[in-house]
Amino acid sequence: MGTALLVFRLATRDVRRHAAQAVLLVVAIAAAAATLTMGLALNGVTSESPYVATRAAAKGPDVVAYLTSASQANSLTRASGVANHSGPYPVVSATIRFDGRQADVFAEGRSTVAAAVDQPLLTAGSWVRPDSVVIERTFADALGVSVGDRVSLNGKSFAVAGIAVTAAQAPYPNLCNGTLLATTPTASKFSNACSPSFNIPFLSLPGGRELASSDEVGQIWMNEADAIGLTSKADPLTTYALNLKLTNPDDAPAFVYDRATAASAQSTAPMFSNWEGVESEDALLVQDGHGVLQPGALLLALLAIASVAVLVGRRLSEYARRVGLLKAVGGTPSVVAVTFLAENLALALFAAVVGLVAGWLAAPLITNPGAALIGTAGAPPISPSTAVEVIGLAIVVALAATLVPAIRASRSSTVAAINDVARPPKRRGALIRFSGKLPIPVLFGLRLVARRPRRALLSAANIAVTITGIVTVLAFHAYADNKLSGAVALTAGGLSDPVINRDEQLLTIITILLVTLAALNTLFTTWATVLDARHSAALMRALGARAGQVSSGLVVAQLLSALPGAILGIPLGIVLFKAAVHGGTLPSAIWTWLAAAVLGALVAIAALTVVPAQIGTRQPVAEVLQSETA
Amino acid sequence: MNENASCAPIVRARGLHKEYGSGEGLVRAVDEIDLEVTPGETLAIMGPSGCGKSTLLHLLGGLDRPSAGELWLAGRRIDSLSERGLAQLRRHDVGFVFQAFHLMDELTAQENVELPALLAGRSPREARRRARQLLDQVGLCERAGHLPSALSGGQRQRVAIARALANEPQIVLADEPTGNLDSAATLEVLRLFEGLHTAGITVVVVTHDERIAATAGRMISMRDGVFVDETRLAGGARGNLADFAGWGG
Repeated sequence: MGTALLVFRLATRDVRRHAAQAVLLVVAIAAAAATLTMGLALNGVTSESPYVATRAAAKGPDVVAYLTSASQANSLTRASGVANHSGPYPVVSATIRFDGRQADVFAEGRSTVAAAVDQPLLTAGSWVRPDSVVIERTFADALGVSVGDRVSLNGKSFAVAGIAVTAAQAPYPNLCNGTLLATTPTASKFSNACSPSFNIPFLSLPGGRELASSDEVGQIWMNEADAIGLTSKADPLTTYALNLKLTNPDDAPAFVYDRATAASAQSTAPMFSNWEGVESEDALLVQDGHGVLQPGALLLALLAIASVAVLVGRRLSEYARRVGLLKAVGGTPSVVAVTFLAENLALALFAAVVGLVAGWLAAPLITNPGAALIGTAGAPPISPSTAVEVIGLAIVVALAATLVPAIRASRSSTVAAINDVARPPKRRGALIRFSGKLPIPVLFGLRLVARRPRRALLSAANIAVTITGIVTVLAFHAYADNKLSGAVALTAGGLSDPVINRDEQLLTIITILLVTLAALNTLFTTWATVLDARHSAALMRALGARAGQVSSGLVVAQLLSALPGAILGIPLGIVLFKAAVHGGTLPSAIWTWLAAAVLGALVAIAALTVVPAQIGTRQPVAEVLQSETA
Repeated sequence: MNENASCAPIVRARGLHKEYGSGEGLVRAVDEIDLEVTPGETLAIMGPSGCGKSTLLHLLGGLDRPSAGELWLAGRRIDSLSERGLAQLRRHDVGFVFQAFHLMDELTAQENVELPALLAGRSPREARRRARQLLDQVGLCERAGHLPSALSGGQRQRVAIARALANEPQIVLADEPTGNLDSAATLEVLRLFEGLHTAGITVVVVTHDERIAATAGRMISMRDGVFVDETRLAGGARGNLADFAGWGG
């Protein structure tokens, strides 16, 4: 009881006394914890709620059959378990152009009267009428088109009458590259959810181009006559869409499986999709951010370890005195270790809770189902496993940074600790002769690095993690640009990609967190170095060195430790990018950017070091020397 | 000398040796010292800086381990105790007073005094009661809630003395306890030591100040790690303290 009170008392007083450092520690760990929480939350996101809402509002079908002729519809509409249907509607491929952008679309010919099954829900404007089109909302956003604009389809001009969402089709862009068929009759979802349009062998792109699974094709609805008017000899009408409502929607996978298996040998047999497959693909849009958040959480966790280690390292001599004192009055090694760890572990736990709550609150921002659906997924519940993982991460961060110093402190000599005996430097003749020929700032910087090698290592780790993050972000941006420009050549030009946009937003947030934490770490490391070097800096000034030379030496010390970290960060960032994007290739232009990023980081470190270094050299020499000997 | 001087020694050292470094850098800080301190005695160890007197004090209190020799404290051999055993010893049998006070800056005077009692497993209530009593004893009851930074040097050392007494130790080891104090504060500290002597607590003081050493019952001079002189002071602590304070006329 008494020891517990003592540990609590020491921890709380220390936090109060060093509030800024405690806040930095909490922020560092909470940022990693929040990012991890969001990443883990996405695992459980299914877009179920928005999809259900959209399906209800847009009279979503349970099964969509793609036919090679309208006559194939008869047997399906009369099949057992089919309660209602709409169509068959002609599906025509075309090229849409708007404001310098172009893309491939599938235009579905519709009646001007609302359908009983799959009636897209208008979010703006009105339903199809002659000489006008209704555009699916994610595709409209990517194309940048709104109601009242005029678009060109295969060279003919049409007005945009409305923007709508549908539950019959997965949203733009194509996220799956998968197969259409259900793997088992009882599978609740397709083994690889996919937009059905991409797997229909008898449906080709404009100009007879074969449809590939990676193609991104938009969805539009128009008057049936207008749709058929888009066909030509080169692009004949080959496909009809039939929307089926089943008596029991849960029978959809079995319904599709039975018919797809029976007809698999015929090239003109109908193809099917069911509602659960579309729902799964809708969720992919949200879940794609998972690939960004998980590496981001890893980077932030590494940086948090560096932050905590910097903070602990900065105060090691203060801790050493406390350890000596505790031992002198009868503290056992275990009590000393517990006292040392308690504060940081308590702060880490607090930060984990802050991170969990922040991540949970921020999750709806990234679990927004996007323009394809109505409604919102809301904040996904924090599962016990998520909480355990996030708290575990926080504890690992705190332990990784403080366990070794705690054990060393508990085993340290009481007399040495209480007197804070400085470790005598190792002197090597050759090194001394060599260093004597160096300019004063470089000599001073080298000696500072040699005096505190662990701190130099932490600085290197700090900058390595930051550069890793920056390189990953730059690589992703370059990859995204490359991907979009590749899409221009293949199908569409100038369209934004909502998935890439979302990923880039997440990356930007993570980068801001990384850079901010790294800047704070740099400031703390510099300040620790300045305080540490106070005596030797004063001595150098007493021996004739100018204040400018001394502060330049401090800058050199920071740069010397940062440089290896910056260089190491480039390959690490590329490895991380390739792991996150599964082997994405980097354009050659990226190397210029990477070099600029490394140089920029070094300049930023120098700039962040100058101010503390100059403040440190302002104190009168005599005052420093006197206070050090008191 | 105290009336208990005839009892078994509370400290007994045989061939106590402590060295640092190796080869040309070898330093014999304490070199084959034999020592006995009787219960209730006030012993001053004097000598110039670097003569090994602080190292000897650290060895006596279990803060450091000897390189060779045997050491007993309160009838228990301590030179071979584990780190945990030494911690127990420092907790219950020894009280330390340092030149630099070594108070926890973030704790109040009272909390600093409570610290050893809490470490010894006493209840918070008991530790608080004992700390109050000790602070009253050293005349700092009204400053109990102040942080060390708000106390003068003399007051800080009085808090440190109160802390050293928290677990009612058998011996108080003081390393240059007045080294950072002015004359008035020094006198206050010496008065407290006199009170300890009167209460029968053994006190070993390390100092380089002859006037401080002269307040003890016995004075040992040390040079280069060995004892070079030993003097029994007939006037006793009270009389010498009076000399120090200028009361002797």
